[in-house]
Amino acid sequence: MSIELTHISKAFGTYQALRDVSLAINDGELVALLGPSGSGKTTLLRIIAGLDTPAVDPRSRIRFYHEDVASRPAAERRVGFVFQHYALFRHMSIFDNVAFGMRVMPRKSRPAKNEIERRVTELLRLVQLDGLGRRFPSQLSGGQRQRAALARALAVEPRVLLLDEPFGALDAKVRQGLRTWLRRLHDEIHVTSILVTHDQEEALEVADRVVVMNQGRIEQIGTPEEVFHKPATQFVMEFLGQVNVFRGRVQGGKAVLAGVPLEGHYFPGKEEGAAMVYMRPHELDIKLYKNGAPSFPAKITRINPAGSVAKVTTRTNDGQDVLVDLSLEDYERLNLTEGTHVHIYPKSSRVFLPEYEI
Amino acid sequence: MAFPRTKNSVLPGFGLTMGYTVLYLSLIVLLPLGALVIKSATLGWAGFWAAAWNTRVVASYKLTFGTSLIAATINAVFGLMVAWTLVRYTLPGKKFIDALIDLPFALPTAVSGIALTAVYAKNGWIGQYLDAIGIKAAFSPLGIVIALTFIGLPFVVRTLQPAIEEIDRESEEAAASLGATRWQTFWRVIFPSVLPALLTGFALSFARALGEYGSVVFISGNMPMKTEIASLLIITKLEQYDYAGATAIATMMLAASFVILFAINAVQWWTARKYRGVA
Repeated sequence: MSIELTHISKAFGTYQALRDVSLAINDGELVALLGPSGSGKTTLLRIIAGLDTPAVDPRSRIRFYHEDVASRPAAERRVGFVFQHYALFRHMSIFDNVAFGMRVMPRKSRPAKNEIERRVTELLRLVQLDGLGRRFPSQLSGGQRQRAALARALAVEPRVLLLDEPFGALDAKVRQGLRTWLRRLHDEIHVTSILVTHDQEEALEVADRVVVMNQGRIEQIGTPEEVFHKPATQFVMEFLGQVNVFRGRVQGGKAVLAGVPLEGHYFPGKEEGAAMVYMRPHELDIKLYKNGAPSFPAKITRINPAGSVAKVTTRTNDGQDVLVDLSLEDYERLNLTEGTHVHIYPKSSRVFLPEYEI
Repeated sequence: MAFPRTKNSVLPGFGLTMGYTVLYLSLIVLLPLGALVIKSATLGWAGFWAAAWNTRVVASYKLTFGTSLIAATINAVFGLMVAWTLVRYTLPGKKFIDALIDLPFALPTAVSGIALTAVYAKNGWIGQYLDAIGIKAAFSPLGIVIALTFIGLPFVVRTLQPAIEEIDRESEEAAASLGATRWQTFWRVIFPSVLPALLTGFALSFARALGEYGSVVFISGNMPMKTEIASLLIITKLEQYDYAGATAIATMMLAASFVILFAINAVQWWTARKYRGVA
């Protein structure tokens, strides 16, 4: 266990940013804190770094490798922090930026001049900026600046690397490239890392584990696969990827949607009540005719086949829009156009009951 | 055209504005200064040197440049603190304090001079305590420094405020997370980024101090060789209808000021160069 947080809360004025959060992170792990803006993920990261202090609570602890660091200022925690807007020192060359952490060390632990030079050169090679050490931050592209900032953070050999929306200010293509690169880098150097992001795709692609946050609380902690396929709460279900939401019912212990019973959802002891039914677009199928299996009639309102699947928007008889992802082959075969009347077949679904969540 | 880069500018009116700038500078700055030099030239070399480089005048040069330099340095240090406080902290009556900064700009210099003399004279509010420990504030070079510090402060504060506001707060946090102490963060991160503005403020404050007359004559006591500034010597010469002698001193002041300001600008340009990424 390299990082352990227990009972962390934080308020800004009347705004409650974090509500009693506890989290443990394993050695060498890359964990993503994922959530919408205002969910408290950046605040949590800043508290780990020592840039913010948690609310006073006798139970609250911040431990790095079993050592309580809660009372230590940021400068003594040995964390590497990477900011969304790079925060490079504008008046220093890239070389001086990367060397900064080593140069401000107390004299007795500070590496010798040629040792600093050797390590900076090595780090610049690691982040693929060899030969750009003499440039100034303003002479680099956004992606290069962020890699320089990463090299600067790694230069102090941090016990934990904290990345606050590191790719948020970059354009989509660069972002995708850096994401893959970051994962490869992490596999190479294995420094315990925490990545804050609001981009679920980024979190699912890069992280070993994902911590989904909402309104200052942790909703779910799990592998990308777990949080995507086995969401613990309605929020996680709705936040990760597109989802169709239906108002269903429970009747005689079974979930029922528009009169059609849903397979595999049983609520023993619950006779009657409301239920929320969630289906992702790829969990629905479209057929032109009824085949006896449970289905709903609908009309196609929009088709977007530009992508790896055809995104079909349909409208049910009671006026609800339903998104369906159809493989391109099925789309071609069915010969769908806008206005076609079809039948939607749920392949799988998840049901949440108010105060009775599965 | 001699200015090829302006050819395709989206902003029209280059010819007009450039012409106006040249005309304006000629009428307001160059013409009077030219007349000054020409008038002093009527003395001939020997006369010029006799008027502009005798022991009394040289003493006044030393005093003027020395006190101006000290005052500008004091202003640079404390102006930085004042500007920092006004930008970074919330304190009661901040708007009021901020408005106070401009007061030396607005006050007639004679008023400041009289007020400062009243406070720092032997029987003044502060002067009596200074006198008790053997420091003579008014009617000494120290008094001149006090007056020049007073009138130069707003230049430093007003040039630094926007520069401090512009500092990226995250770069301070980055420095802290990299293990820098507060002092290292200030010295290596904050100070270099406000240095160009600080130098500008210093130059403005220094330039203002060189030319100051009104406030100094009241507090200095105007003793020849001791507390007599160059501007006062010029006025004295004028009162004796020695116009050429006055312009000779003025010409020396002009040349020296120009060289010093040019040097400060060069340093300032050199430090600011890096930010723009032309290094």
